[in-house]
Amino acid sequence: MKSLHTKTILRRVAHLAATASLATLAFVGTAAAQTLTIESWRNDDADVWNNKIIPAFNKKHPNIKVQFKADPPTEYNAALNARLAGGTAGDLITCRPFDASLDLFKKGQLVSVNDVKGIENFSDVAKSAWSTDDGSTTFCMPMASVIHGFIYNKEIFDELKLTPPKTMAEFHTVLDKIKADGKYTPIAMGTADQWEAATMGFQNIGVNYWKGEEGRKALIEGKQKFTDPAYVKTFAELASWAPYMGNGYQSQKYPDTQNLFTLGRAAIYPAGSWDVPIFRKDADFEFDAFAPPLPEGASKCYISDHTDIALGINAKSKNVEAAKTFLSWVASPEFAEIYANELPGFFPLSKAKVDVKDPVAAKFVGWRNDCESSIRNSYQILSRGTPNLENELWNVSAQVMNGTMKPEEAAKKVQDGLASWYEPHKK
Amino acid sequence: MSDIAASGVPVESTAQRSRFPVHILVFLAPALVIYTAFSIYPLIDTIRLSLYAGDETGARYFVGLGNFTTLLTDPVWADQFWNALRNNLIFFAIHMVVQNGIGLGLAMLLSLPHLTGGSVYRTLLFLPTMLSVVIIGFIWQLILNPLWGIAETLLQAIGLGSLFGPWLGQESTALLTVSLISVWQFVGIPMMLIYAALINIPDDLLDAATVDGAGPFSVFWFVRLPLILPTLGVVSILTFVANFNAFDLIYAIKGALAGPNFSTDILGTFFYRTFFGYQLQMGSPTMGATVATAMLVIILIGVLIYLFGVQRRLQRHTF
Repeated sequence: MKSLHTKTILRRVAHLAATASLATLAFVGTAAAQTLTIESWRNDDADVWNNKIIPAFNKKHPNIKVQFKADPPTEYNAALNARLAGGTAGDLITCRPFDASLDLFKKGQLVSVNDVKGIENFSDVAKSAWSTDDGSTTFCMPMASVIHGFIYNKEIFDELKLTPPKTMAEFHTVLDKIKADGKYTPIAMGTADQWEAATMGFQNIGVNYWKGEEGRKALIEGKQKFTDPAYVKTFAELASWAPYMGNGYQSQKYPDTQNLFTLGRAAIYPAGSWDVPIFRKDADFEFDAFAPPLPEGASKCYISDHTDIALGINAKSKNVEAAKTFLSWVASPEFAEIYANELPGFFPLSKAKVDVKDPVAAKFVGWRNDCESSIRNSYQILSRGTPNLENELWNVSAQVMNGTMKPEEAAKKVQDGLASWYEPHKK
Repeated sequence: MSDIAASGVPVESTAQRSRFPVHILVFLAPALVIYTAFSIYPLIDTIRLSLYAGDETGARYFVGLGNFTTLLTDPVWADQFWNALRNNLIFFAIHMVVQNGIGLGLAMLLSLPHLTGGSVYRTLLFLPTMLSVVIIGFIWQLILNPLWGIAETLLQAIGLGSLFGPWLGQESTALLTVSLISVWQFVGIPMMLIYAALINIPDDLLDAATVDGAGPFSVFWFVRLPLILPTLGVVSILTFVANFNAFDLIYAIKGALAGPNFSTDILGTFFYRTFFGYQLQMGSPTMGATVATAMLVIILIGVLIYLFGVQRRLQRHTF
């Protein structure tokens, strides 16, 4: 009996010693078993993740530590791909919409989330940006979309007795009045970063011209071309903004644009809804938003309600189960509520009803009731080839606004590029 | 005593001499191993990778020189490649003329015999070289910013306000502006190298030339310049290699899309876009390796031209 006891103790000691040495050997492994790392491009949101979202998650799951690690947006794709290839990427991958993430899934770097609890909270449209072309497999849990529109300085509008425009004609009258007054820059926008011209310009107002999803799908099917009037008119409208933009807008970058508006020196800011929380912090005046004005003859309004951000699981993660737990929490109404209100301007995609408390952000999301939502037309399928459609749109939109390219030339350049590799456009 | 030494030592030393000189290997090994692992192997593997193509599952297959054919003949790739190469040549030409010209001038001024505060100037002029490119890019974007930069105010103060423009944003001026920012940053390097060569010239030679009746210009042209030619050669080749590998400043200021309309796109940014991808453009490691190999070839050609065309004709003088 006694010897048996000693044996047990001895065995236990040996066992402990073995475990201890193993644990020391695999120190990194055991530490990581408790910790999930999120790869993201939203470095602006690091505070919200660290102070609100992760603590809220830990209240329910205290055993899983979560780390938020962000790269600057323009470097994210390159950095993430390098880390995935090198096997050093985090457990949870923030997913860009469409092909960038589809590519990761096809390479086996992301796992399917079809079996993760909570995926049923999302509509097919919400999932479309992170599903295979046939829609059968979803590989990222949708988080949020962003909506385009125009943010304006209410104090300037009151001072000059202006009302938010509903049509393009009204829009130009407003711009003329601001310009005639001379105190403020009518449109805060620059073309140096190029993407501003393409997303805040082309995609923002364009949906009204090509009638949202109808035009977007027609482009994919090859029934419409970029040389069609809808697209040329969009470019022409952009070109007409040039005289209203700030001095030297050709070398004005995105942060300059934001500062120009938050310092109260510009009246109208072609926006993405993600600017709302930034302006809430930096602008000391009241601001509001209006939807993209309708072109002549249009009666129905469309908005660019772009599925922008989702969360997937790194296939090489050692903590897939913990990651799945986190994802099903991300799919919950609780997360949607926190996300929508801590980051007003990112709108949850889940079916759960969420109250957006920020009035301007609520206005953006309110357009969903009156207007039809559409996603950016260059994102699905069309940016798979070389030349890359999205890059081309950045380039020509900036050039049209700089006045170095005519709207027709821009349309032709984009169409030629697309037709050079995309079958439905080759005829 | 001497007999013993005479009979013993030579035998032993022949035995030692005939043995393989292990110590040479030992001394060479660290450098050889590190250089092979971190430089030669990646270089060769890059060249190997450029002969492959990948598909969407990440599988790779051999395509021979197919990638190079695409790069040089497919209009989509070739336009970008030649545009990047042309811009790179302009970038290099500006550095050769402006950076090395000013560097030479500054070195001449610094080597003036009765200059006070020479070391202060030297430090100040060399300072930008030591700053991070990101800081340089940020500072110059602020200075040249049409909204809140001081460049316009300064020009207005001397009555030239009308000359100001959004230089970094115009197709016609962006490359020149970025090049000049780079020149401003790196002018210290040719200056220091040439300065070191200039102060190496013995005063006797210069005095002798002066006594023989040479004016300051003749002294420069016929005495000093020939003596620093080898240094100018080194400066040129350093400039060439640095310029054709340049990337960081343009990325910091204009991003990887090197706008407007790719007017500031050089081989480095073109390579970055191709290899890592950009926004919705997928990165292609194989095509990226092709661009990298093309860059290697271009740099090799340049270095070879220098080596055989210039270096061998240079006469070196030691004092």
